[in-house]
Amino acid sequence: MIIPKLAVRNLLGAGLRTWLNVVVLSLAFVLIIWTQGLYEGVYAQAERASVDIALGGGQYWQEKYDPLDILSLEDAHAVVPDSLRSMVDAAQAAPILVVQGTLYPKGRIHPVLIKGIDPNQKMLSLPSQFLKTGEDRFPALIGSRMAKSTGLAVGDTVTLRWRDAKGAFDARDVEIVQVIKTIVQGVDQGQIWIPLDRLRAWAGMEGEASLVVVARDAPGRPQVSGWVFRDLDFLLSDMRQLVQMKSAGATVFYVVLILLAMLAIFDSQVLSIFRRRKEMGTLMALGFTRGRVIRLFTMEGALHGVLAALVAALYGIPFLTWFARNGWAMPEGMDSYGLAIGEKIFPVYGAGLVAATTLLVLLVTTIVSYLPTRKIAGLKPTDALRGRMS
Amino acid sequence: MESSYLIETRDLVKTYSLGEHTIKALNKVNLQFAKGEFTGLVGPSGSGKTTLLNIIGSLDSPTSGSAVVMGRKVEDLSHNQAAALRNRHIGFIFQTFNLLPVYTVFENVEFPLLLLDYSSSERRKMTLAALDWVGLADRAQSKPAQLSGGQSQRVAIARAVVKKPAILLADEPTANLDAENSHHILRTMERLNRELETTFIFATHDEKVIGYLRRKITLFDGAVAGDERMQPRRPAGEGK
Repeated sequence: MIIPKLAVRNLLGAGLRTWLNVVVLSLAFVLIIWTQGLYEGVYAQAERASVDIALGGGQYWQEKYDPLDILSLEDAHAVVPDSLRSMVDAAQAAPILVVQGTLYPKGRIHPVLIKGIDPNQKMLSLPSQFLKTGEDRFPALIGSRMAKSTGLAVGDTVTLRWRDAKGAFDARDVEIVQVIKTIVQGVDQGQIWIPLDRLRAWAGMEGEASLVVVARDAPGRPQVSGWVFRDLDFLLSDMRQLVQMKSAGATVFYVVLILLAMLAIFDSQVLSIFRRRKEMGTLMALGFTRGRVIRLFTMEGALHGVLAALVAALYGIPFLTWFARNGWAMPEGMDSYGLAIGEKIFPVYGAGLVAATTLLVLLVTTIVSYLPTRKIAGLKPTDALRGRMS
Repeated sequence: MESSYLIETRDLVKTYSLGEHTIKALNKVNLQFAKGEFTGLVGPSGSGKTTLLNIIGSLDSPTSGSAVVMGRKVEDLSHNQAAALRNRHIGFIFQTFNLLPVYTVFENVEFPLLLLDYSSSERRKMTLAALDWVGLADRAQSKPAQLSGGQSQRVAIARAVVKKPAILLADEPTANLDAENSHHILRTMERLNRELETTFIFATHDEKVIGYLRRKITLFDGAVAGDERMQPRRPAGEGK
């Protein structure tokens, strides 16, 4: 027990030098947890929003449906089978028909995916109720990104052209009844939403759909001939890969922060050993073994990490909690970041993140404290007493 | 071969390599020290005083020959065994005091006892007693930086004697002190030698120290040039 006691005594006795190191290290602690929390938050927010507005509890895709292959859409539709229809009737599923089309905003040509959705569905958070209008109007919803890129606004009328099931082109002037504000690009960019029955009628695809979104609480996912069930793992895999890619960038930042903090500790240890070699000689003269000297100085260094964790907890917990509650307002144009980012990011700090960061910092602090201290093992007591490095 | 002396050196040789040159710091030194001696190693700089002190203190080992301290051959000791010997039986007093700067006076003096696993109450009692011997009980909570040179050396003495070692090695203990403080320190050491029967060995070329010695060993170029028993002479006005 003598080594920890002496290490604490030395550490506290060193005063300002100790506290400077501790503050730098605690900043690294808090910054690492904060930045990682932001990434976790962005991902959690994006996943939640995607599930709420588009993915539900998974989707049945018509077997030829491939959202990444526009040319496949012409054949990627079929009558909703009875087993899925009963789920739709029980408000446990929402069919969506996807047809390729062209929009002509202000005389420009804009290729779009026309998506038909039931205006009465409540399963997805998409505001489809705006599509409930009289028979004399042809309502359409677009997202805010789509509105920006086409220059359309609520109340505007725009020509929409499509190709029906028999290959004939047809067109209508549709009225933009609402602009959806969503962080999910998958329901926004390059898409226009119209009532499902209208699209079915215009395209000659009565009773058909390209995909059927299933409610999260729907019991069971039956096998349906000609349809393939895609679960959330599949549907979110692209997003997860993107997050992983972005996380790699964050990890570089993480490593740089750790390295900076460790450099401070390493420098401080090297300086300390250089300055205190006479003290080491005195300790040896008083009966300290080399092993004890190494343990003492390593523990002194490692205790910086422990103190830093305590100091980081002192100001970090209120700071991180405040951020988690109030979020971090994002500037406009963050869409280009590639992820669905809301107006505010709410960081998420998992217990694993905090524990892993703490363990990592403590481990690395101990190692960088040990490395310079190990040199003492080769120092002769007489040289140390003279203040020399052998 | 058992030695009846507390310390005995036999044909002790210590050489150092300095580039291509070899320097002989000690050259066939044969000496014996009995319990309770108050002995000085005197001689000019480079005569081998500190080297001999370091070997006796098991801080260094001889190149050849033998140094037997408390019945143990220094040259055969492992690092840990040497540390244990210093810890239990040898106290050091340095020219520059070598107090641990972040500790208080009390903690500095208490330090050797921590290594010897004394209980907290025993440590406190022994530490205060040692500080009392050197007249610094009232400065127990001071930091070394707040002490004068004489007070610092007295703290160093208290730290060296607190565990009541058999041997106390002092390397130029008065070199950084003025005359008054030097005599104060020497009288303190003389009293400790008398009361505790601690064997004192000094490395010095200070005439003030030599005046207190009962045995003077003169070293020259690493060899013993003289070994004489002395009657301690006190400077005028320096009484008992």
